[in-house]
Amino acid sequence: MRKFLTSTLAAALMAVAVPALASEGPKLEHQTWAWNGPFGQYDKAQLRRGFQVFREVCSNCHSMKLVAYRNLEYLGFSDDEVKAIAAEKQVQDGPNDQGDMYQRPARPSDRIVPPFPNDQAARASNNGALPPDLSLMNKARAGGPDYVYGILTNFKDNPPEGVTIPDGMYYNETFPGHAIAMPPPIADDLVTYADGTKATKEQIAKDTVAFLNWAAEPELDQRHSLGIKALIFVFVMTVLFYALKRKIWADVH
Amino acid sequence: MAETSTPSQGTPPEGESRRDFLLYAASAVGVAGTALAVWPLIHSMNPAADTLALSSTEVDLSAVAEGQAITVTWRGKPVFIRHRTAAEIEAARNVNLAELRDPETDEKRAQKPEWLILVGICTHLGCIPMGQKPGDPKGEYGGWFCPCHGSVYDTSGRIRKGPAPLNLAVPTYTFLTDTSVRIG
Amino acid sequence: MSGQQFDNKIVQWIDDRLPVFSILKHSAVDYPTPKNLSYWWNFGSLAGVVLVIMLATGIFLAMAYAANTGLAFGAVEHIMRDVNYGWLLRYLHMNGASFFFICVYIHIFRGLYYGSYKAPRELLWAIGLVIYLVMMGTAFMGYVLPWGQMSFWGATVITNLFSAIPVVGDYIVTLLWGGFSVDNPTLNRFFALHYLLPFVILGLVGLHMVALHTTKSNNPLGIDAKGPQDTIPFHPYYTVKDLVGIGVFLLVYLAVVFFAPNFFGEPDNYVPANPLVTPPHIVPEWYFLPFYAILRAIPDKLGGVVAMFGAIIILFFLPWIDSSKVRSAKFRPIFKQVFWIFLIDCLILGYCGSQPPEGDIVVVGRIATAVYFLFFPTLWVLGKVEKPRPLPHSISAPVLKGGAAGHAAQPMEKA
Repeated sequence: MRKFLTSTLAAALMAVAVPALASEGPKLEHQTWAWNGPFGQYDKAQLRRGFQVFREVCSNCHSMKLVAYRNLEYLGFSDDEVKAIAAEKQVQDGPNDQGDMYQRPARPSDRIVPPFPNDQAARASNNGALPPDLSLMNKARAGGPDYVYGILTNFKDNPPEGVTIPDGMYYNETFPGHAIAMPPPIADDLVTYADGTKATKEQIAKDTVAFLNWAAEPELDQRHSLGIKALIFVFVMTVLFYALKRKIWADVH
Repeated sequence: MAETSTPSQGTPPEGESRRDFLLYAASAVGVAGTALAVWPLIHSMNPAADTLALSSTEVDLSAVAEGQAITVTWRGKPVFIRHRTAAEIEAARNVNLAELRDPETDEKRAQKPEWLILVGICTHLGCIPMGQKPGDPKGEYGGWFCPCHGSVYDTSGRIRKGPAPLNLAVPTYTFLTDTSVRIG
Repeated sequence: MSGQQFDNKIVQWIDDRLPVFSILKHSAVDYPTPKNLSYWWNFGSLAGVVLVIMLATGIFLAMAYAANTGLAFGAVEHIMRDVNYGWLLRYLHMNGASFFFICVYIHIFRGLYYGSYKAPRELLWAIGLVIYLVMMGTAFMGYVLPWGQMSFWGATVITNLFSAIPVVGDYIVTLLWGGFSVDNPTLNRFFALHYLLPFVILGLVGLHMVALHTTKSNNPLGIDAKGPQDTIPFHPYYTVKDLVGIGVFLLVYLAVVFFAPNFFGEPDNYVPANPLVTPPHIVPEWYFLPFYAILRAIPDKLGGVVAMFGAIIILFFLPWIDSSKVRSAKFRPIFKQVFWIFLIDCLILGYCGSQPPEGDIVVVGRIATAVYFLFFPTLWVLGKVEKPRPLPHSISAPVLKGGAAGHAAQPMEKA
């Protein structure tokens, strides 16, 4: 009886858990990411390539307000390289001694400078649509990296029959509702990688998603390596507690 | 644990020593684990990464005329930058070190003699001394005067009178050009 | 409690004036505990451990948080990115809430199965339910603090529940908000209360302990301890057993914190709150889902709210609704089935609460709600008609006699 009930309970739990995990909308293809699994860590060369795509392509429309230039040192850029990257952009500072606001080159301690001064300006330049901030994109969508990869790669030139896409919108298989305001952002050889990697569309998409994942979860490498150590420690502790418990309880009955 | 505190006669039974070993090992691991777990809590109170990133300030000195002083903020603290006159430099250098409470030569305190850069916090109890603005009392040594408890500093920022024990601190700084300096 | 003797002179000196050591010895060392408690009895102390973890991480998180609609989202991200180990504290706290509820739910269902709510433990059960209610309020207000989309819309939907109250509903909602929508005053007061309530919980846990140590622990057989042969001192037997439980618990908890920290979370809460856009699918945190399903099962605003609160309030009356004198489900074959049906029904309710209220989900949700409330009259009837299996004579008896209990069924002996 007890077994029957336990298995019923397990089945009920499965029935609850499985559909809850499956997300709605088009199925996402699972990609292999370097940081998957408890031992997974970011591939820093890939992050640098992804940053190159972000810098040359994405950042023309999208902001990344939560990441500071100084954070890029984690990708392997030197102090001077980070300074140079930051100095490409101007930020407003002030007021100066005359009481005027002034523009100065960005410093490593500044956050990545957004392409538009405010949301209204961003909409005005993008056909009324607001390009979302990318700082947390990989955490802010169900499916995370697989979803963003799908968005980047699943554009179709011609929507399937019976589907009409409004003017100025594009058909994307992954996007909920399929009509997305972002034009297909990537193509083969869109960038020339500094490290010589062949810039296929898929490669560019993967590198971009990797960089976005780092932007959303910069702590992941430390989290994974500390997690392994913490679990080993707690496991040893638990085994000791259990052995002690067996000893102490040996005389009870 | 009473049995462990009494001095044992001969060797204890096998089971007992194993139990004691387990008890000590488990306690040690438990205490160590708790201590390790407390560290992230404490460390979270230390300066965060963005605070540390702001720990240097670059200052443009071109607008500061001789005899003038400016105050800039570095790590939330005031930093005094005085463009000293020849007379002030001379006064600072002609001091008998034996007279000083905290003996230090002016040459050690100023990389470029005309620019004196100091953390503007009185070493007594943390007030900000006066002497930066033209009308401020500068004290009898022409430097700074702390209104809280009357400490007097000279034109090298050294303590000369009053309760403060030490000279005004010199922050680490580097001249990037002749007229710009990075503090921190 | 006085008259305790301690070897250490300083301890003795203090204890003669302030009997903290005597109290500790009485309630955590000598406390006579039934010797047959299973690992299901670990979850009370585990919940206490999680409460301590939540307090510790919460206090340090509060040092870096800013309760202002313009700053809150950024402050949480500042904790995640710049504060030393901020990500660890935040993930421990965020997942700690879920694990707190896991422990408490197991603790509650254990109490149900073994009849721990029955005389003389009615107040012990009631204090536990009050703790559960305060926990729900604390968790709800904590979820608002990151000021993401789910924070904002969760706060809007839940506070709007009170607008169902006739006559004064709107007044109460305005009072809760401190304005005409969820806004800065709301966030500010939620933070103040979120900081306060855990200490209220701590006090209630103290009362829970006093009540427990007055009535003594129930046990898997549901019969009272007859004498010293049935009990063992709490220390070292149950301290070490609790430590084993804490170790296993930490393995699971830390695995989630380090390797799947957003498992219980909603992606929408990483989007800053936007009062002009409602996310397409609003769901509360998983621990509220069964009640959310009950709310939606009733196609009437006031009715839904009454049913939802009623689902919790009715639990306070359980000790009097259940008419059986036998505590443990081990000796109540029919109740045992009813218990599992009730548990599965709660899981089904939780599933319904997580789904959009469309099609079959609505029907299933209504049936599950009916089953939930039918559980209580069923218990009353069951106590009258069910024939319990014979109870063992004492806690030691089944162990000594190989589990065969020779005594005929008898009503619960006086405590």
